[in-house]
Amino acid sequence: MSLLTFTALLFLGSLLAGLLGALTGLGGGVVLVPLLTLGFHVDIRYAIGVSLVSVIATSSGAAAAYVREGYSSVRIGMFLEVATTVGAILGAFLATVVHTQALAIIFGVVLIYSAYLSWQQARNPAPELKKGSPWSGKLRLSGDYPGPDGSRFKYEVENIPGGFGLMFVAGTLSGLLGIGSGAVKVLAMDRIMKVPFKVSTTTSNFMIGVTAAASAGIYLHRGLIAPGLAFPVMLGVLSGSLLGARYLVRAHVSVLRAVFTIVILALGVEMIVNGVTKWF
Amino acid sequence: MVLRAKPDEPVAGDHFDDRSMETIMGRLLQVGVLLASLVMLVGGVLYAKAHHRGIPDYREFKSEPQDLRHIGGVIRGVAAGDPGAIIQLAVLLLIATPVARVVFALIAFGIERDKLYIGVSAVVLAMLLFGLIQSQ
Repeated sequence: MSLLTFTALLFLGSLLAGLLGALTGLGGGVVLVPLLTLGFHVDIRYAIGVSLVSVIATSSGAAAAYVREGYSSVRIGMFLEVATTVGAILGAFLATVVHTQALAIIFGVVLIYSAYLSWQQARNPAPELKKGSPWSGKLRLSGDYPGPDGSRFKYEVENIPGGFGLMFVAGTLSGLLGIGSGAVKVLAMDRIMKVPFKVSTTTSNFMIGVTAAASAGIYLHRGLIAPGLAFPVMLGVLSGSLLGARYLVRAHVSVLRAVFTIVILALGVEMIVNGVTKWF
Repeated sequence: MVLRAKPDEPVAGDHFDDRSMETIMGRLLQVGVLLASLVMLVGGVLYAKAHHRGIPDYREFKSEPQDLRHIGGVIRGVAAGDPGAIIQLAVLLLIATPVARVVFALIAFGIERDKLYIGVSAVVLAMLLFGLIQSQ
């Protein structure tokens, strides 16, 4: 395959990965890494490096739209970023000692679990919290968000250590696998800390970029960000996710969403099978 | 640089609160991504021109050239017109975007005199810089 064909196919594939990521709410990275390894036979370490770069791009690219909605909480985000950035650095170091086929298997498992989480989170909203932990106010994590009639809903949070701990795990997975791990971040905020769902998803978007930036420098230093892959993939995923956010999310996509979740599950299984057969 | 969003949106200085902080941060991220994408596009076109005869092979991990792995080398490469270095510059700009957001938050919490969150932002910034300094 010539470089131009390879680059063009990579761009189109990444565009599709970005669209799928936006549509399922899982982010571009979880589709991108299987696409690069299974479809383009790229070494998983290169795939993870370039995926981290696209994750920063999509998270930052979507930021203005999320800010406009007025749900995100800069304090909850910043507080929990302490946990995710430490985790991300640990994950980037772990990536050097974990066998590449083991990486593929872990990726597959996380992919399937994320798909399940995001499916479940969208279907069963968490019950509303009446009274939060006293630390919610002390750490200034309590906040408010705009209701449909312009009034502001106040909220508090609970189980801060639990949420913080799971955020550390989310950061480690992000640094190890090159994904945003948005589904785990939303799990930590929405389910464990009882942050309202809309606040959780928008705040998670900002955290994804900061978390990925913590480990991307380490990948760059190791020579894992290949320029020939970076430019078609980053531009492709960014265009795909912006298109997805703008045109598809607005439409009725519950059937599409179901189909794509199955595609993602299949990719996860394929990653595991591929990893196991190549390893043993 | 003043990142003024829309005339009706609150702007730092008039009445500074978390909401205006987030509005400015959103703009900051957008500008960073736009800039990185433009540099990436230029580098990509030049890269495709320079390497179009080559056959890409990423099956096995071989580390990228030493020069493209740290900030000084990338800047030297850009000065020499190396397309690979221009792409890596775009990657560095992209990594710098969320870092700039945290720096801005640190300043904003400083304006609000929120000691707790000045500390929290400083820890996050330290982690980000630690990751980047590994790349020196």
